[in-house]
Amino acid sequence: MAATVSFQLNGRAVAPEADGDTPLLFLLRNQFGLKATRFGCGNEDCGACVVDIDGHARHACTTPLVALAGAQVTTAEGLPAHPIGAALLAAFAQEHAGQCGYCLSGILMAAFALLRANPAPNRASIVAALDGHLCRCGAHGGILRAVERAAASLAAATP
Amino acid sequence: MTGAALPKSLTDTPALGRWVSLAEPGRVIIFTGKVELGQGITTALAQIAADELGVRLNQVTLAEVDTDCAPDEGFTAGSQSVEVSGTTLRLAAAQARAALKAAAAQHLCADPARLTCHDGAVWLDGVPSGLDYWALAADVDWHQPVTGTSVTLAIAHRLVGQSVPRADLAQKRIGGGYIHDIELPGMAHVRVLRQPFRLARLERVDTDWLARRHPKVRALAKADFLALIADDELAVHAAQAEADRFVRWHEVAGRWQPATSPAEMVVTSGADGPPEPCTSTIAVRYARPHIAHASVGPSCALAQYEAGRLTVWTHSQGIFALRTQIARCLGLEVAAVRVVHAHGAGCYGHNGADDAALDAAIVACEVPGRPVRVQWSREDEMSRGPLGAAMSAEISAGVDAAGRVAAWQMRVTSAPHAQRPGAGGHANLSSAEALDGAHLPRAVADLPEAAGGGASRNARAIYDFAQEVRVTIDTQSPVRTSSLRSLGAHLNVFAIESAMDELAALAGADPLAFRLRHLTDPRCRRVLIEATEMADWDGGQAIGGGVAKGLAVARYKGKGAWLAAVAEVVVEAEVRLSRLWLAVDAGLLINPEGARSQIEGGAIQAASWTLKEAVQVENGRIAAFGWSGYPIMRFSDVPEIETRFIEPPDAPPLGAGEAAQGPVAAAIGNALARALGARVRDLPLSRAQIMQALAGE
Repeated sequence: MAATVSFQLNGRAVAPEADGDTPLLFLLRNQFGLKATRFGCGNEDCGACVVDIDGHARHACTTPLVALAGAQVTTAEGLPAHPIGAALLAAFAQEHAGQCGYCLSGILMAAFALLRANPAPNRASIVAALDGHLCRCGAHGGILRAVERAAASLAAATP
Repeated sequence: MTGAALPKSLTDTPALGRWVSLAEPGRVIIFTGKVELGQGITTALAQIAADELGVRLNQVTLAEVDTDCAPDEGFTAGSQSVEVSGTTLRLAAAQARAALKAAAAQHLCADPARLTCHDGAVWLDGVPSGLDYWALAADVDWHQPVTGTSVTLAIAHRLVGQSVPRADLAQKRIGGGYIHDIELPGMAHVRVLRQPFRLARLERVDTDWLARRHPKVRALAKADFLALIADDELAVHAAQAEADRFVRWHEVAGRWQPATSPAEMVVTSGADGPPEPCTSTIAVRYARPHIAHASVGPSCALAQYEAGRLTVWTHSQGIFALRTQIARCLGLEVAAVRVVHAHGAGCYGHNGADDAALDAAIVACEVPGRPVRVQWSREDEMSRGPLGAAMSAEISAGVDAAGRVAAWQMRVTSAPHAQRPGAGGHANLSSAEALDGAHLPRAVADLPEAAGGGASRNARAIYDFAQEVRVTIDTQSPVRTSSLRSLGAHLNVFAIESAMDELAALAGADPLAFRLRHLTDPRCRRVLIEATEMADWDGGQAIGGGVAKGLAVARYKGKGAWLAAVAEVVVEAEVRLSRLWLAVDAGLLINPEGARSQIEGGAIQAASWTLKEAVQVENGRIAAFGWSGYPIMRFSDVPEIETRFIEPPDAPPLGAGEAAQGPVAAAIGNALARALGARVRDLPLSRAQIMQALAGE
């Protein structure tokens, strides 16, 4: 049923016209034109569609519009505007993290949620935060190093 | 490089202007037939061209790979892009620079030796002359053939050898950039309901039910091809998920017939004389199951049929071959079909990309004027595209009293590795068979040895003993198989390098020393020694202690990059790969971080195949499955990897993308055999296979 649900999307108030059970993934890609959030499985198995909702990494493919009332949603498009997001993007570039790149936006969002909650994660916490994300190209090593580098650069920037 | 045989790309497309264009002021447009598969090839090719032209990297644009303007360079496959296309662009760019300099010399009435090129500007005696490439472009004959002679290749590499960041990834991290993200005005969304098994007949579509339940969706059936179409993507997505409720398929017995297979191929026939006497022998069989490509992004394609011309957007590896087969399947002239490449998710071989392209083409022709977008489901991507071929290798071999290999026979049996669109004169596209069962391939061949072989790839061991190697292609299964990263090399190297360890044990020798005893190729010896030094190889490790190292080495295709691997495994509830050391000689590295990503990424994928992956086939059918039915390596599974590159001076670049697949598999197998004290010869090296192997001991 059509519902008016308003939420914050990358810092902007939005109230999409859509059925309440519409998955966020389809709204982001087809209504808002935000293509960084990707379809991979539709079943929470791969992590390609992960976004940050109120500080938590969530699967956009299974999050319905009705669940978003009043939420703060951040997608990879919103990362450059946020200090943690900017640090992650810089670190991923410096570490040459990624091959085809399809999994990266979801991984970046999981890392973003992790660093917001835990600014100094150890390797095991990073692995745990990313373990629901599949990367078929085998870029895991560079990605783990990039998250560590981002955490270190943020720590260095904090007096 | 100068004076050597020209790459095939240049004999096929000789005109300079087909490779380099200065039509856009301030920019160098480079044309290539090779496509970005996520491997970073566009960045590497831009580095090569920029160096030879003496321009900045940001002055170079690689043109979209489009059948309307790109040179036909065949498939982007077999780790050939840097070797072939890199050489091609190098020669073309060097000749363009020479031609531009000659034009400048004429303008300036100066000896060309007094001229130098800086970021596209021409300098005379060390100061800017006021001329640049774009002002001179009209004086160059762009129809001249690239000859590969009478040009001076840039001596000093400025960009080649630098780990330049991937140009495409910055955007992809925070936005679109993939085929999945293309939106055409008025685009319709399509899902194809694929045949659940080969040549399944579409029995019934309950359109009434569909209309009631999914009113926005229309079914479009053509023979056994069935698509769902709607304005709204969510509508077709939801209807596809309920396909079982309104679609019924049935089998027509005998409709599928196996293709004829080629005669047994003798790769090498062994020693001329009588067999050498062996003091001990092995007769063993190694095997791998079918493997899924399992890209994280399911296949996608777009198409539009307008004014008698069909345009298809695809992430295929071979847009020209695909164009020919699409035209043929739809009864169009080849000239009436244009195929444009767009970036897909990671591509490791012949996956569902081509199939999806034909899907979109079929639907586009049914709705003239309207662009359509086909998105495959996760289940289709895993289980309905071509698979990596199941194989086995039987090795009978022995050692003599001196501890040397005195006999070696290897018999490879494999499902087909070479069924790309057009191969053998067949469409080799799944929806072609849905439209007309006559598209079923009737004959299958392996990839020729000159192309590196398919099932025979790396079937010949790199060692200096006489070998008898025979390869048979088995076409008795209706499962569709084709090229997956490294083709036969994964299982062949696993088999050869496992057998070498088994023979070393018979000879009472350290596996390293045993290999070196039979190895004269100096670059192969060097990577092997390097990897074992990195791993602190001790040669005499305890057997059966639950933790052990294993090693393996190969030269990809017998003519590509050399790679030695040492793996350390820990036997827990499952086999855990804890560490991996890799030594690689891929010649000159165009982009060292790019090469490292390709090698380490290949290693992780090979480890995943080897430890975890198998597609279940029952009676020639595959039940649809997603990630839960096909686990791959995760962040918590990946090992620490240390990689070292050996770059011999003046060694030309060799492809790096597939060199790790075989050696990594075998190093893991050899480590497991030592950790366990028992050999597991059937992949994957999962708990179930280990239990079976132990029970059989």
